[in-house]
Amino acid sequence: MLDALTDRQWMWAAGACYLAGFLAGIVSIRRGGRPSGLVMYALIAAGYVLQVFGMAVRGRVVAGCPLGNAFELCQFTAWSAITLYLIVGVTFRSSLLGFFMCGLGAVLTLASLSLPALDATRRSHVFGGNAWIEFHAALALFSYGVLALLALTSLLLLFRLHSLHSKHLGGWFSLLPSVVDLDQIGVRLLTSAVGLLAASLAVGSVYWLRDTSTVTGPKLLLTVTVWCAAAATLALRLRGRLLGGKFAWFCVALFAAAMLSLGAVNASRRPIPAPRTAMRS
Amino acid sequence: MNAESFFVIGATHHEAPISVREKLALTAEAELALHRELAACPAVSELAILSTCNRIEFYGVAADSAAAAVVEHRFREQVGFEAAEFASIRLRLEGIAAVRHLFEVAAGVDSQMIGENEIFGQVKEAYATAAARGSAGPLLNRIFQKAFQAAKHVRTHTSISAGQVSVANVAVDLAQNVFGNLAPLRVLLIGAGEIGEKTARAFQSRGVSRLTLSSRRLEKTLAIAEGLGAGTLPFEQRESQLADFDVAVCATAAPTAVISAVSVSSAVRRRAGRPLLLLDLALPRDVEALAAEVPNAFLYNLDDLAAIASENRTARASEVERCRQILGERTEFLWRDLAARAAVEAAARRFHTDKSGETPLPPAGATS
Repeated sequence: MLDALTDRQWMWAAGACYLAGFLAGIVSIRRGGRPSGLVMYALIAAGYVLQVFGMAVRGRVVAGCPLGNAFELCQFTAWSAITLYLIVGVTFRSSLLGFFMCGLGAVLTLASLSLPALDATRRSHVFGGNAWIEFHAALALFSYGVLALLALTSLLLLFRLHSLHSKHLGGWFSLLPSVVDLDQIGVRLLTSAVGLLAASLAVGSVYWLRDTSTVTGPKLLLTVTVWCAAAATLALRLRGRLLGGKFAWFCVALFAAAMLSLGAVNASRRPIPAPRTAMRS
Repeated sequence: MNAESFFVIGATHHEAPISVREKLALTAEAELALHRELAACPAVSELAILSTCNRIEFYGVAADSAAAAVVEHRFREQVGFEAAEFASIRLRLEGIAAVRHLFEVAAGVDSQMIGENEIFGQVKEAYATAAARGSAGPLLNRIFQKAFQAAKHVRTHTSISAGQVSVANVAVDLAQNVFGNLAPLRVLLIGAGEIGEKTARAFQSRGVSRLTLSSRRLEKTLAIAEGLGAGTLPFEQRESQLADFDVAVCATAAPTAVISAVSVSSAVRRRAGRPLLLLDLALPRDVEALAAEVPNAFLYNLDDLAAIASENRTARASEVERCRQILGERTEFLWRDLAARAAVEAAARRFHTDKSGETPLPPAGATS
């Protein structure tokens, strides 16, 4: 079944599902209604399955976790965020989160597919056959997915705060969850991201201590900075020093920083150019 | 029974002011007696009575249009109204227009407070009562059931019921937007005025059980606290204990602020990241305006709440035409369905008549 389409075709199909969910949400909101939670969840789940197929095809060909270039990093980050959404989304009563998740999934998936340069080359043997390093990379990328979901819930919090301060509660603002609900989910997501990133850095540091030349300075600096920033944000929030809108903006900035650090992470790999075309397993 | 025989007669808030509606109101006993009398009338085969603060309406099915006049006559007799006086405020619709009216009533589109939810329950109760009294037949049953479905549809798919339209309920909505779950909230009511009490009751009706009252007037405080099932807090401790509460509803008659921005700031710091909602319903204001600048504190005054209520009312009103269009489409659909059923029933009757050899005579003047 996986051979029915190429990896990129599966991913285009996944992106189409996410985009369909996002457009369906826009239509519902413009009509003054609430995006259907069931429709959102179904479209995201369908897109997720298709994306898994695409990544599985790519993974089989490269014989490992597909994290060999910027395109794969974007796909993996989107996949991580959506995995988490599918787990926590059902308990988080907001079809709006699904709507935004569809938007983020569509942007990450379709934009990376639309830019051929991102997938023109990939580094083979990225992890040098070391399963621990592969685990380290997967954990780090998964934590970036958590940060992606955190950025979305933080955006919802910013919209909610704007509606409360501007005294406009009607229209689509009425679909937003409460300040406390959004704040709580934000704290939990940030805690998860900090934990995952810490575990990833711990695993990576063991490998790095054996051979410090394997990791470039910028990569080390950026990834550790992202972790420190996330941990500091969490500490300030828990101590009540960073609240409401400021906390939300910090969380959005964390995700932006994480995405920007991907460039340095990708550039740190040993360059073994291997032009790729669409792959079948 | 032909759907054309469905009618509604009565009076509503559109034509009858409250002074008139007071005279038209039926007591439970009078309504029961009238229902029995009308249901026993051979001309009326089905009947349901909808009696609310804003309308008294008789929905019926009758063999001829004279039956509606009988219902009107008996009702006027019951409430002591002259025919001419009633004619000036009367609502009388038949056939598809009556069906459309029922759909709009059940959906809250025809209500004085557009989109209100109570009317849906009242229409359901009117139908259930008619069914229990044996005066709801197949036509009334089908039309009312379709009215309930249509009402649910427009409430779900439009914003006709979105947002609250009273100051007290807007206050509760704000709390829900800040805290989500209302049940565990601790609400402090400062002042023993009417608007504060109304707001406290609105909180209670939405699940808040932990209410505390603080006021200068001890006797009145105790009386209101007892009525609300609330605790009390000495007025002097209102600011020092503010951090223990999630919501403070301020409604005193004090000439100056009773909650300072400094005390709000101090309370927020002690709340471990949980927000503080201040609802200032007093005039002059009870909370210093600077409190709005405190991070994680949300301050709303009477004007803010009134503006939100007004915005919600406008939003509901803007949905009326869309609802009418949806309800109109559903009415047309039901009407065609009822007509098709009536045609099938008539054909079946003709078939049975032909089979029994009793072929009806052709109409006078017909040629072969």
